Amino acid sequence: MNTATQLSGRNLSWIVPTLYILFLLLPIYWLVNMSFKTNTEITGTFSLYPHAPTLRNYAVIFTDPSWYKGYINSIIYVVMNTVISVSVALPAAYAFSRYRFLGDKHLFFWLLTNRMAPPAVFALPFFQLYSAFGLIDTHIAVALAHCLFNVPLAVWILEGFMSGVPKEIDETAYIDGYSFPRFFLRIYIPLIASGIGVAAFFNFMFSWVELLIARTLTTTDAKPIAAIMTRTVSASGMDWGVLAAAGVLTIIPGAIVIYFVRNYIAKGFALGRV
Amino acid sequence: MEKTWNNKAWFMVLPVLVLVAFSAVIPLMTVVNYSVQDTFGNNEFFWAGTDWFTDVLHSDRFWDALTRNLIFSAIILAIEIPLGILIALNMPKKGLGVPVCLVLMSLPLLIPWNVVGTIWQVFGRVDIGLLGYTLAALGINYNYVNNVFDAWVTLIVMDIWHWTSLVVLLCYAGLVSIPDAYYQAAKIDGASRWSVFRYIQLPKMKRVLLIAFLLRFMDSFMIYTEPFVVTGGGPGNATTFLSIDLVKTAIGQFDLGPAAALSIIYFLIILLLSWIFYTVMTTSDAQK
Repeated sequence: MNTATQLSGRNLSWIVPTLYILFLLLPIYWLVNMSFKTNTEITGTFSLYPHAPTLRNYAVIFTDPSWYKGYINSIIYVVMNTVISVSVALPAAYAFSRYRFLGDKHLFFWLLTNRMAPPAVFALPFFQLYSAFGLIDTHIAVALAHCLFNVPLAVWILEGFMSGVPKEIDETAYIDGYSFPRFFLRIYIPLIASGIGVAAFFNFMFSWVELLIARTLTTTDAKPIAAIMTRTVSASGMDWGVLAAAGVLTIIPGAIVIYFVRNYIAKGFALGRV
Repeated sequence: MEKTWNNKAWFMVLPVLVLVAFSAVIPLMTVVNYSVQDTFGNNEFFWAGTDWFTDVLHSDRFWDALTRNLIFSAIILAIEIPLGILIALNMPKKGLGVPVCLVLMSLPLLIPWNVVGTIWQVFGRVDIGLLGYTLAALGINYNYVNNVFDAWVTLIVMDIWHWTSLVVLLCYAGLVSIPDAYYQAAKIDGASRWSVFRYIQLPKMKRVLLIAFLLRFMDSFMIYTEPFVVTGGGPGNATTFLSIDLVKTAIGQFDLGPAAALSIIYFLIILLLSWIFYTVMTTSDAQK
């Protein structure tokens, strides 16, 4: 029997998380509910579940390239950003966790300040910068722009995890004749795998949900799905059903990612200093 | 941990430095550049000195947006942090409940921000939304489009819905790192529920709480997309926060000078406040 649960009052503690999860799921349920209704049912009658379920809204999205390409675009730049952020953050986080060097503390705080930079401040200069390089409407532009807040975050998270790994491991490996790259790839990275999982999760999350910068830097070819959604307002009024279906589909990639990293989140957070 | 002095570590930091310099320093310099110049089009720029800064600091529009933003951040922090701790304390520690809770609670965090706005915009509508319809059926006069108070309540509830899970996840991570022996010792000493929380759980959560607090403050202070979708800054200007105001000035009216000056002031406020929180919390940490 776990003493922690005994202390927190037996059998009643499940009420709080259950109520909270109910509160979280209710608005999401409503969106899912709407996505299976026809527009006449949505605006005409008030029903707690779809009386005449239809897949028409999803069919609209999956048959129109201008819709489903939005999902592909979003996923491409999010994955690019996650890979770039984590791979540049790994050596930097190692340096911060293992060595002292000239200006290290200032550098670390300066990096963090970029996490605090409001995207609204950067929207316009980003547009001009990437126009100058001819990168507007490309996936890499959004991926690089999102590094602004994701790289500092990745360094911060990874540094926490790396500080939790005893330094003796590094030293033993060097004595055993490992070169630095080999040690780093073969021994160190597996040791902090959960940290990498958590960092990648957070990078994916913040890049996936960001819209202001992504929308500013794209016009058609790399436009994220979240920006395409605004099209549902047409002359004949609001296409609520398609809007809801598009919204539901933006939740799915996130849900899949959470499912894959669920053990990393549970274990990973605890291992590191985070 | 003892760290060795080694300036070669700079080479490992170099990729990050180059990348962040490209995506942060260059754009920031552009902003600084605009903030001290005036233009009449044709790419001709004139030195304007600190005029834009004086203008912004003397405009009611800026101070109103700043006040609204500070009130908003204060309210959501006052609700989300205690609520997050409460939920984390009551979460299951082992068994099937753990992954179920973690996955379901993380859901709102991974929904694109404008979709979060859309969800609540629809949810709160009196004609087609569950919340709005239910409130109307109960005879409560609720309308987030016209009523300032309702608009604020909607935005606050939306933010709680959206972000409390982040606090929960971080606190939970702090809690599961506490060895069971601590609780057993507390039980032998006959410690009350409150003293277990005060002397074992809270100190262990201190670090994650700092992170949660900083992240929530920064993000709520920069909030843009969600209120923009739900209320568009209205009714009137009642929910025009700093970011919304800034985008209106920069992209809506294309007033680059004032927008750039506002950007810099805005950024400096965030830096200053975060630095104060960070220092206060880490110093009190060091005193222990």
